[in-house]
Amino acid sequence: MTRLPLLLTLQDAAPAVVPADTAWMLVSTALVLLMTPALAFFYGGLVRSKNSLNTMMMSFAALGVVGIVWALLAYSLAFAEGNAWIGGVTNALLAGVGTEAKGTIPHVLFMAYQGTFAIITAALISGAVVERMRFGPYLAFIALWTVFVYAPVAHWVWGGGWLMTRGVLDFAGGTVVHINAGVSALVAALVLGVRKDYGRQAILPHNVPFVLLGAGLLWFGWFGFNGGSALAANELAGLAFTNTFLAPMATLVVWVLLDYFRTGRATAVGGATGIVIGLVAITPAAGFISPTSALVLGALAAFPSYFAIVFRSRTKLDDSLDVFAGHGIGGLTGALLTGVFASKAWNAAGNDGLLAGNAGQVATQALGVASSIVYAAVGTFVILKLMGLVTVLRAAPRSEGLGLDVTQHGEEAYTNGEGSILVMPEAGPVGAPAHALTPQPVAR
Amino acid sequence: MKLIVAIIRPDRLNEVLEALYRAEVTGLTVSRVLGHGGETDRVETYRGTTVKMELQEKVRLEIGVSEPFVDVTVRAILTSARTGEVGDGKVFVLDVNQVHRIRTGERDELAVTPTELVES
Repeated sequence: MTRLPLLLTLQDAAPAVVPADTAWMLVSTALVLLMTPALAFFYGGLVRSKNSLNTMMMSFAALGVVGIVWALLAYSLAFAEGNAWIGGVTNALLAGVGTEAKGTIPHVLFMAYQGTFAIITAALISGAVVERMRFGPYLAFIALWTVFVYAPVAHWVWGGGWLMTRGVLDFAGGTVVHINAGVSALVAALVLGVRKDYGRQAILPHNVPFVLLGAGLLWFGWFGFNGGSALAANELAGLAFTNTFLAPMATLVVWVLLDYFRTGRATAVGGATGIVIGLVAITPAAGFISPTSALVLGALAAFPSYFAIVFRSRTKLDDSLDVFAGHGIGGLTGALLTGVFASKAWNAAGNDGLLAGNAGQVATQALGVASSIVYAAVGTFVILKLMGLVTVLRAAPRSEGLGLDVTQHGEEAYTNGEGSILVMPEAGPVGAPAHALTPQPVAR
Repeated sequence: MKLIVAIIRPDRLNEVLEALYRAEVTGLTVSRVLGHGGETDRVETYRGTTVKMELQEKVRLEIGVSEPFVDVTVRAILTSARTGEVGDGKVFVLDVNQVHRIRTGERDELAVTPTELVES
């Protein structure tokens, strides 16, 4: 229903690499990769300045750690031929991933494109554990999570697994990326516990312009995320692109209006959040619904997430940057509304939804949502609990108070150098071999 | 009356303010300062440049109090600001010659809040 059937039909007709498709997918891959640095700014602006570098590094580090894990193993588990639950290991260590056609684009490019999705999905989770999780265990967590949670769910929906067979519509990753990350974030926040200052003092965003910059760059990158999920430069890509253009506009307007009527002010953080929620919600629907439906979907998507965020901040649940309310609830809304608005008139490879007389599609969508919620929750819980047996997940209260930038990274985001003393390197001038100046005694 | 000057860790400020509020000490001035109290130097690295942060960020509280409140205030700060590690800061209690409240022109004991210790 989603990517692979489309691929297979294309494969029958044209087994060769199509230059136009390849060109668009090259651009799309770069666009989606940019979303992770964009997320770093979005999240980085929302935290206190003493944790801003740590928060941004949580996203940037995913570019390295998850990317490598993806290439070495997770890609194969998600997309190599396997059973209904998990892919095989035939493409592990990138074996058999060459320049031959996968659909109409080179196989290596397909692997890279899908890798950018794995990276941003893992990075999304970080928003729930910022300002308190130790950096090392976080890296281990996202590596394990990519292999044991992301890869199987990606296989279920896109790699020929059981949800794909049942006809769940997920154009660009509402289930695989957003519900998956949102639920995992919720569980991670519960396992980690609240920040020591949470509910005791105001924890405010330290740089709202960063938040807006991140939201803008996320939107830009999302054209590759949704438009590229057509895996070709065709009509479908045009539709998904346009829906990605329209839906967040509606969410932005509704969100700001909600803000205005509730508090009397249109906030910038609210506007940025609204854009991201709109993007999340349109993701599963992008290539299946009409542009008018996309506007309606975007407008509707604002409500559940908006009130989820308002409600969450009054609870003892410290999902610090509202990853669950944003991506979990937003993804869920989008996935269900896909079952409402989907139309074969716009995508023959898709299906009709409730409004086109196929109420069953909503139930099918609910099945996809429910199964990924359960799997993500259990998977994340087990990984974090097992990790907790061998290491400490949380930073010490002292280090939380001092800020994770200094304690985890030995850097500060905004330092003026006052009171700092330059430590001269132990070796001599550049070029001179160190041992020539400081002879080392031979240890026996 | 006395002027109490306390240098504390920035991350204990919230606890100290809570403790002072509970002790009914109102009226204080807070400023961000840099200082060094003998704690281990923090080392930071930016590309090839390694620096020792000799001066740490601290917060300075200045509180003018009437005589009955000196001990209460000092105790509140001591218990709330302590982490037990080097660098927790200091509390200084200074004599004050005169205090004037600008709004009313009241002076000395009358100008620092509160004036009487309410036994509870």
